[in-house]
Parts: sequence; C-alpha cells; structure tokens
Amino acid sequence: MTPLLSVRDLERRYGPRIGCTGVSFDLWPGEVLGIVGESGSGKSTLLSCLAGQQRPDAGTVTYDGRDVLAMAESDRRRLARTEWAHVHQHARDGLRMGVSAGANVGERLMATGHRHYGDIRAAALDWLGRVEIAGDRIDDRPSSFSGGMQQRLQIARNLVTGPRLVFMDEPTGGLDVSVQARLLDLLRGLVRDMGLSVIIVTHDLAVVRLLADRLMVMTGGRVVEQGLTDQVLDDPQHAYTQLLVSSVLQV
Amino acid sequence: MSDYNFAYLDEQTKRMIRRAILKALAIPGYQVPFASREMPMPYGWGTGGVQLTAACLVPDDRLKVIDQGADDTTNAVSIRAFFQRTAGVAVTTATTQATVIQTRHRIPETPLTDGQILIYQVPIPEPLRFLEPRETETRRMHALEEYGLMHVKLYEDIARHGQIATSYAYPVKVEGRYVMDPSPIPKFDNPKLSDNPAIQLFGAGREQRIYALPPWTQVVSLDFDDHPFVASKADHACDLCGARDSYLDEVVTDDVGSRMFVCSDTDHCTTRRDAGHTGRLAEVAA
Repeated sequence: MTPLLSVRDLERRYGPRIGCTGVSFDLWPGEVLGIVGESGSGKSTLLSCLAGQQRPDAGTVTYDGRDVLAMAESDRRRLARTEWAHVHQHARDGLRMGVSAGANVGERLMATGHRHYGDIRAAALDWLGRVEIAGDRIDDRPSSFSGGMQQRLQIARNLVTGPRLVFMDEPTGGLDVSVQARLLDLLRGLVRDMGLSVIIVTHDLAVVRLLADRLMVMTGGRVVEQGLTDQVLDDPQHAYTQLLVSSVLQV
Repeated sequence: MSDYNFAYLDEQTKRMIRRAILKALAIPGYQVPFASREMPMPYGWGTGGVQLTAACLVPDDRLKVIDQGADDTTNAVSIRAFFQRTAGVAVTTATTQATVIQTRHRIPETPLTDGQILIYQVPIPEPLRFLEPRETETRRMHALEEYGLMHVKLYEDIARHGQIATSYAYPVKVEGRYVMDPSPIPKFDNPKLSDNPAIQLFGAGREQRIYALPPWTQVVSLDFDDHPFVASKADHACDLCGARDSYLDEVVTDDVGSRMFVCSDTDHCTTRRDAGHTGRLAEVAA
C-alpha cells in the first residue's frame, strides 16, 4: 500500500519568522490524522500549505503519486473540487451565503459538469438528510441557519462529490458543547462510512481523541511529537505535549 | 463639419481601441481591457459603445442607433446627433441600409447581413459579477474555464421560481470556451447571437472592457438538461403591425388597465405597416 498524501520537509516562512518547518509525514488511505497545538503553533499554516492555498518555501507534497506543488493551477483546482474537500473553521468562509442551501450543496456537482437539475436537487436533498438538516430547508439561505447547521451544511457541500481527502480546520470551533458532540458523532459516522482520509487541525484534544487515529503535536512551527492518538495523549513524552495534556480542564 | 477630429476621438485613441477590437475578435468572448476615455456624456449612456463606434466609423458609413429597439428615444437620438456632428456620417433608421448599428439592449428583428457591424452598449461585462465579487477571482475562473458557478445562478432561479427566470443578460457560452454576458438584451434575442453573419462588438466604458463575436460564431445559451433554454416573449401579436414573431413592449395606455403590445423594434414595425400589415389597434393609433 502507498500513502495517499506524503509530505517531506515542508517549510513556510513569513519573512524571517517561521510559519512551519521540517514537517514530514505520510497519510494513509482511510486514516484520520489530528494536528494539535496552541494558537500560533503553525498548524493552520501547515494545513493551508497542504490544501494549496499557500505556497510552501521548501519541501514536497505528493498526493497519490503526483507532485502537488509542481502541478498546474488548473489541475490543482480540479483536484480541490473533486478529490479533496476543505472544511473551514468559520462556515461563512466555506459557504456561499447568498444562495440557497441546495445550491450550496449542488455547486460542486455543477462545477464538475452535472447539468441535470432534477439529479442535482435529489443529491442535495440526500446530503441534507445525511447531515441531519430537514429537507424543507433546501431553499433557505445559510444565513437563516444556526451555527451548527451552517457547519453541517458546509460538510455536506464538501462531501457531495465523494472526495478521498478532507482537510478540516477547527470544524467544531465556535459551537457549544452539545452541538459539538453531535457534529463529532456525525463526522465520525461519515468518515467511517465513506472511508475518508482526513487531516484535522484543532486545539481541542477531545476532538482528536474522538476522531483521530494518529496525532501530531506542533509548537513553534515544528512537530515535536507524533504517534497513535491514545499513546500520545495517555503517555506524552515531550514537555510541551505534557503541558498541553495537563492543561485540559476536567469537569 | 466641426473642429472635432473625425468621430470625436483622436487618432491614437482610435488605434488603441482598434487593437483591443482585433484582440477581442481573435479570442471570441474574452474581455479585453482597454483604456476607456472620458466621453462627453455620462457613464450608463453607452460610453463603451460610443467609443467602439467612433473607432469603427469611416466617412462613407451609414449609422443607425437604437435604444431598446427604438430609433426615436433620447439615448438613440443623442448618440446619432453626436456622430452626425462630429463625424458627419450619413444616418438611417433602416436596419438593411445601415453599415454600423449601435444598440442598447436589443438586436434588430431584421436579420443582419455580411458587412454590417453591430455594437452593443454594455453596463456590466462580467457575467460572474454578482456571484463572485472578486475581479481577480473571476478572471482566474475565466482563465481556468471554471463555470460551475454560472449554473448555480440558474439553479437558484429554478429552485425559487420553478423555471429559469433570468429573462435578460442571459449568460452564453462562446465557441465552447468563454462564458459571456450578452449585455442586457432580452433572452428572446439570444439565438440571434449565434451564427450571425455580422460582426458583433461589445463595449463597456466604465468597466473598460471590449469583447466581440466574429461572424458565424457559435453561441450557446446555458441551461439544464431538464430545463432547456427557451427564448421567451410576451404571448401577443403587435397591436400596430400584427407581427407575432417580434419582441414586444407592453404599453399601459390609460389608468383603467388598458394596455397594448407593440414591437420594440420600431424600424421593423414601421416597415411592416408600410407594407400593409395591420394589428388590433392600428386604426386607433393612426
């Protein structure tokens, strides 16, 4: 078996400052990789380099045997709307707020050449059902949705084309705990059912405990520890990881 | 003749515009930026079209100017007078006689012929403008041929109204490549864009863009497989000339709900009436 995504010595600098540096890992098909770290640790920089939104200064990113950084922009964007998906922290960044929920879900289908209204609408209805949004909200705009619904709509919109690799940036940020729990439950189900490979960036250890198979801990733009999620969380080796784990509030 | 240079603009400006026109003709549907000049009329009056006309006119041209199909509205009269004064060219209202036709929001009913130039006034050249506000992004989308978003708009129409409710400025795809805004012509006119023997030029003055359709260019209106494009018009006959196949304006004639439908193309209507065709209200109007 070959890794789906292979990253070697990735570096991104902002002038003299380090965004992230020396990041290497392999992501295998069907695996969920969590990236945790405090604010400013470079995890979002890393994710946007991987998703092609920023150009890294050094290193290689190989997806399914293809060099992502050497790819033409048209190929990379085609990849980004078919085989990849990007769930943003703020649903507003990932949704089109001016068009209905159905059009939001259907956009990726239309972008990949679907030209049958009935089929697009049926797919949109199906996906709204899967993310637990009532079918009669299909013609409502996302601005009339609650934060949790917007986030679920964003997930539906991303997964409708059946991607293989999903980038998630703090998918539960800004949601209250009960809504978070349902969203995580939903995500876990979708990831298992569709066999998705996921890279999930978060500062919330509970999220990675629930979703991630493997964990990378970042601080100061460097990966300081990686391993199986339970192993890293239960037996942290690096001083920063120990600090992170012990900082979680116990209720 | 006046003290103006022929057709108002100076020769260097006309050369610059002609270069943009040539580029636009070479890449049908592509929006070519050009250095739009201040014209002695406000934006929205057709400054883009006027600059194109000025760059295309030669002394033995015969110019026709229409506004919503009519030769006798303010916009048409003013622009026609402008070129009579600054270029001294002959003018006409007959579509068949004209060599250059500047139009706002209509294509003449009379089929155009080889050798004619049809110049459109365009308010917003970017078909993706209201879907994607970033100009950098829309240009990239054109470059990479990412037009899924255009169908999102049509999807919204059907979801809201049960049919594609866009009735003017209906987006088209040119030669299977660029998606183009045909300026706010009614979608009734869209089929006339395609395989037209005349040269069609589009000028947006404020937005500083020129685009073009060379003769015999294939132009397809976007649609869905199960909601095909329909070139719609009011389901009436012209009350003056009786034409059933021309685009109609609805005119309210009193305050108790009476109305009449008349051809928006005045030249078409007059020609038909001169040939003896009459409509429901022809005698009342006379």
